[in-house]
Amino acid sequence: MIKLLKNLRKKEWLLALICLILIVVQVWLELKMPDYMSEITVLVQSEGSQMSDIIHNGAYMLGCALGSLISAVIVGYIVANISSTFSMNIRKRLFNKIGDLATSEIKQFSTSSLITRTTNDITQIQMFIVMGLQLLIKAPITAVWAITKILNKSWQWSAITAIAVVILLSVIAVLIVIVMPRFKIVQRLIDNINCVTRENLTGIRVVRAFNAEKYQENKFEEVNNELTSKQLFNQKAFAVLSPTMYLVMYFLTLSIYFIGAYLIKDAMMTEKLSLFGDMVVFSSYAMQVIMSFLMLAMIFMMLPRAQVSAGRINEVLDTEITIKDGTIDKDTTDERGTVEFRNVSFKYPDADEYLLRNISFKAEKGETVAFIGSTGSGKSTLINLVPRFYDATEGEVLVDGVNVKDYKQEFLHNKLGYVSQKAVIFNDTVKNNVAYGDNGKGEITDEKVKKAIEVAQGKEFVEKMEKQYDTDMAQGGTNVSGGQKQRLSIARAIARDPEIYIFDDSFSALDYKTDSVLRKELKKYTKNATSLIVAQRIGTIMNADKILVLDNGKCVGFGKHKELLKSCEVYKQIALSQLSKEELDNAE
Amino acid sequence: MPRRGRRMGPGAGPAPAEKAKDFKGAIKRLFKELKNFRILIYIALILAIAGSILSIIAPSRLSQITDKISEGLVVNRENLEKITTNITSSLGEITAGMQTSDLSNMDISQIPDEIKNSAFKEFEIDGTIISVNDQIEFLDKMSGIGEDMTPEEIYSKIDEMPESIQTVVKPFMDMDAITKIVVFLVCLYLCSALFTFIQSICMTDVANKFAKSLRSRISVKINKLPLRYFDKHQAGDILSRVTNDVDTIAQTMNQSLGTLVSSTTLFLGTIIMMFYTNWIMALTAIGASLIGFILMFVILGKSQKYFAQRQEELGNLNGHIEEIYSGLNVVKVYNGRKQANEKFDILNEKECNANRKSQFLSGLMQPIMNFIGNFGYVAVCIVGALLTMNDIISFGVIVAFITYVRLFTSPLSQIAQAMNSLQSTAAAGERVFEFIDEEEISDEKAVTKRLDKSKVKGEIEFQNVVFQYDNNDKPTINNFSAIAKPGQKVAIVGPTGAGKTTMVNLLMKFYDINSGDIKIDGVSTKELTRENVHELFTMVLQDTWLFNGTVKENIIYNGENIDDAKVEEICKVVGLHHFIKTLPHGYDSIISDNDSVSAGQRQLLTIARGMTQDAPFLILDEATSNVDTRTEEIVQRAMDKLTEGKTSFIIAHRLSTIKNADLILVMKDGNIIEQGNHDELIEKNGAYAELYNSQFEL
Repeated sequence: MIKLLKNLRKKEWLLALICLILIVVQVWLELKMPDYMSEITVLVQSEGSQMSDIIHNGAYMLGCALGSLISAVIVGYIVANISSTFSMNIRKRLFNKIGDLATSEIKQFSTSSLITRTTNDITQIQMFIVMGLQLLIKAPITAVWAITKILNKSWQWSAITAIAVVILLSVIAVLIVIVMPRFKIVQRLIDNINCVTRENLTGIRVVRAFNAEKYQENKFEEVNNELTSKQLFNQKAFAVLSPTMYLVMYFLTLSIYFIGAYLIKDAMMTEKLSLFGDMVVFSSYAMQVIMSFLMLAMIFMMLPRAQVSAGRINEVLDTEITIKDGTIDKDTTDERGTVEFRNVSFKYPDADEYLLRNISFKAEKGETVAFIGSTGSGKSTLINLVPRFYDATEGEVLVDGVNVKDYKQEFLHNKLGYVSQKAVIFNDTVKNNVAYGDNGKGEITDEKVKKAIEVAQGKEFVEKMEKQYDTDMAQGGTNVSGGQKQRLSIARAIARDPEIYIFDDSFSALDYKTDSVLRKELKKYTKNATSLIVAQRIGTIMNADKILVLDNGKCVGFGKHKELLKSCEVYKQIALSQLSKEELDNAE
Repeated sequence: MPRRGRRMGPGAGPAPAEKAKDFKGAIKRLFKELKNFRILIYIALILAIAGSILSIIAPSRLSQITDKISEGLVVNRENLEKITTNITSSLGEITAGMQTSDLSNMDISQIPDEIKNSAFKEFEIDGTIISVNDQIEFLDKMSGIGEDMTPEEIYSKIDEMPESIQTVVKPFMDMDAITKIVVFLVCLYLCSALFTFIQSICMTDVANKFAKSLRSRISVKINKLPLRYFDKHQAGDILSRVTNDVDTIAQTMNQSLGTLVSSTTLFLGTIIMMFYTNWIMALTAIGASLIGFILMFVILGKSQKYFAQRQEELGNLNGHIEEIYSGLNVVKVYNGRKQANEKFDILNEKECNANRKSQFLSGLMQPIMNFIGNFGYVAVCIVGALLTMNDIISFGVIVAFITYVRLFTSPLSQIAQAMNSLQSTAAAGERVFEFIDEEEISDEKAVTKRLDKSKVKGEIEFQNVVFQYDNNDKPTINNFSAIAKPGQKVAIVGPTGAGKTTMVNLLMKFYDINSGDIKIDGVSTKELTRENVHELFTMVLQDTWLFNGTVKENIIYNGENIDDAKVEEICKVVGLHHFIKTLPHGYDSIISDNDSVSAGQRQLLTIARGMTQDAPFLILDEATSNVDTRTEEIVQRAMDKLTEGKTSFIIAHRLSTIKNADLILVMKDGNIIEQGNHDELIEKNGAYAELYNSQFEL
């Protein structure tokens, strides 16, 4: 938390200081009020006092109240400012940082967790700052100041107030000790409920096929019962808090009056009146003391949650960026459109096992190189090394004869046209989706967008849409089909005019016919571009210039389709397992 | 006292609740559903009201204490007068001859002691004897008292009086009465606290048990919905109803119902009490607060707007973040980060501004409330003082009103907040009830026939089966007819989308067919319960579904009478035994979602699970597609064991696995375009032959 607060800028610290001063003023004014209150009380009480005196004192008190209101408003304004700006800046830092993370790091955090960290966790921190800046400063000041004000009035009263504070704090402490660990259990049980429900939902067919509805229900009921009983315990324990709080406060007032009655009774005549005034003042100061301790307790209850959020944010901010940017931002060799792997091995930083082992090959300009293998064989990982989503653990990946690590990433990316496995569609128009990003060659014209969509076999469906190229895509592209999304994301790569295309299993959602037509058109359109294709379907890669067969991260075959059918057992098996499908739809 | 519910913290603010589509309807429904908890709720509400009433009564009693204490400040005038009259009369005797009747102007010291002693007589007031000397001393001190003296000076004179006079004249503090009131108040406060506590306990009980019953109902409901429901709805949506929505209902209900009732009682009660005590003061208090409330509602209205705006901006920002994070690879490679950052900055700043405004406005609430309180205090004091001076009210009334003002201001904001959370309750309730009210699978009570698992021969006949998914415009299965004889191995081949998996769904009665019939041993599945049909089939699917639990639990699943030996035997057959033995706890090892159990092993586990069922029919839906080639061999062997002697349906892409099938159905576009065994189909030289031969052409 403290570490995160270091992100506050000078201006914000200055504002916080002003806040502090204003809060001191506010506390001073607020503590001044009981004086006037007692003054008024005494005036009202004693005979012969002048109305003007009462009004006078009332005006002072209102003045104090107004002053405190004004300073509270200013503090509120400043706090709103600080907290908003602070969370804006932290969010920005986090966003930038996450942009710099390597894919493996993002996988480690998981995208959904990163989203929560950038949104929810920051909101938590923001809430805490708002509360903290006001209460955390105000409560102790009020408490200490109020205590000094009442300390020398009467020890009996002070003692009773101290007892009240101790009782309150111990009730809260006991509650925290009892309930807090159970809160964690409740959290776990909620996860369990989720888990059991998710199981039932994902396995709905199996559940029904096995007539296991009752089984699932019983399982759910078990967790449900446990959750309910734990939650009941927690909430019932907390139900003690509020009545106790009020009870302590009321009893305190009552005790102060009762003790006051005795004190007044035994006092000298001269002291009686001032004692009475003191009593009224004391009871209101005592309330202030109690309230400020309550506020402190509240903050300490909030703190752990904010702490967790802060920790989660810091975790991301502290992650070291493993992908360091290179320096080369212009071509230094004559090679164009080549990709070469030299003895490349890859494993995740903390993993024992290699995902890729000693891969070497070279794709020449205009060639199509395909990668195939069973799931988990490392195909995607392999081509993800080219745009530096990961860096090779050993060996080198060269693009145009230069190690990718030496390129400035922006320059490297301008050479590439990457199409991911899962089509990414932004919440924008079709045109802007295709013309996305910056390819270092100036703006992508509408002409080019249209041509790219046409090559990607998307012209027909795009032009059928109401606003054609200006149609808005929903987030995640939910308003078009999977195949259409994939065609748009392929068009996006085409519009960039890259030297090297990377297709990470990007044809899987297309039907066989579209798949083959698209690839033919693409070949025609981009004669000189190199293509790296990962695919599951044999049909997609059959005609590639080179096919690299992966099995458990190792290259077990490299060559053309026909050769591999004869020489590579793994390839042959994959091919045979798919031919049924292929042959029915594929005209080739 | 019963002022529950969260205080409006400076940061919390009234976030706009998610609005229900039909607020009234949702609340009505909620109360209907709460019927079983009626008694507890009534108790809670009555206690809330009682608690509020007690906390209204308390201030008037507290004011009595103040009254009593302040009575103890005033000199006992009656006794003072008595002394004065006594002394004056004595003096009168002396001065009869001196012609001065003015006591204070007389120089007492000039009177000789003898005269005094003979003139003054001892007298008794309230059992205290005032001696002659004391009377003389009194006279002595009193002589210095003039009209222009302040009360303090008079009081200090009294402090110098002789003891006997002090005892008599000193203010009388009625400790007995005070103690009585204190005891009464202690009881009152205790009762009130107890009421509040019991009320919270009741509501907590109701809320949690209600939540539990809702969760159970959702859980049961899940298994009663037709499968087509899950085609249209995401698991995440249902999950959030089970947890988030139910939680919201429980929490907000717990908070809002009690608060609403007690706050309203408190509010109305305070108004009544105020008018009952003194109408002028009541008007003052209400008037003073009214100005503040108007201000507050203006701000509240404004801040609602900004809150909505903030919520919207936050939504936009989060949307953007989600979009960029999930497409980060594309963003990077397309050098779209600059573009993303620019948009992020704009959205971030917009959010910041909206947040600042809403935060500020909502932060105003608390200080303004405080100010209203203080303003009310001063107003009450001034008006009260005026009235006290004119002897219309006692001082205690002012003290009572000071509390009334406080009691009066807090419930209004609480009512506003409770209404807000009630909105959330309604919205969440609507979503939960919507799910619970969802149409269930058709009732099967009328079904009378039943096939005994052990007596089924194993014949299945499809007669002109037609089936169409709800959201499709043309049938997926079109006029499908085929017969599978007992013990036959039937393979279904065809391209994706040909309707192979749909066939399985129909066989399992997951979906009802539109027309035609599927008969098992000549009995239409329409005449059998789903449970009965499921009992007859063992099904192994492409997606390997395992749950959090031990290996053994996963294999036995819902099965009955399956002992450890049987599990072990099956695992040996499937070739899992060795693997399971290598796990840390053998058969009792926990399998969780992302474990070291590979896809192939998961598949084998599901096959083992299938084998425990020992059903006469078997369905294997691409059960080997997720498995690499080496594992597939093992799975294949296991499956062959599974299919022995059973009528089985196999869907697979690999033609080699189905070559030995007794019947091969070649499907395309929901129709069987060919059927027969391998040799017949090859001879026919149709689609299947083409398919099969193409393997060797390449």
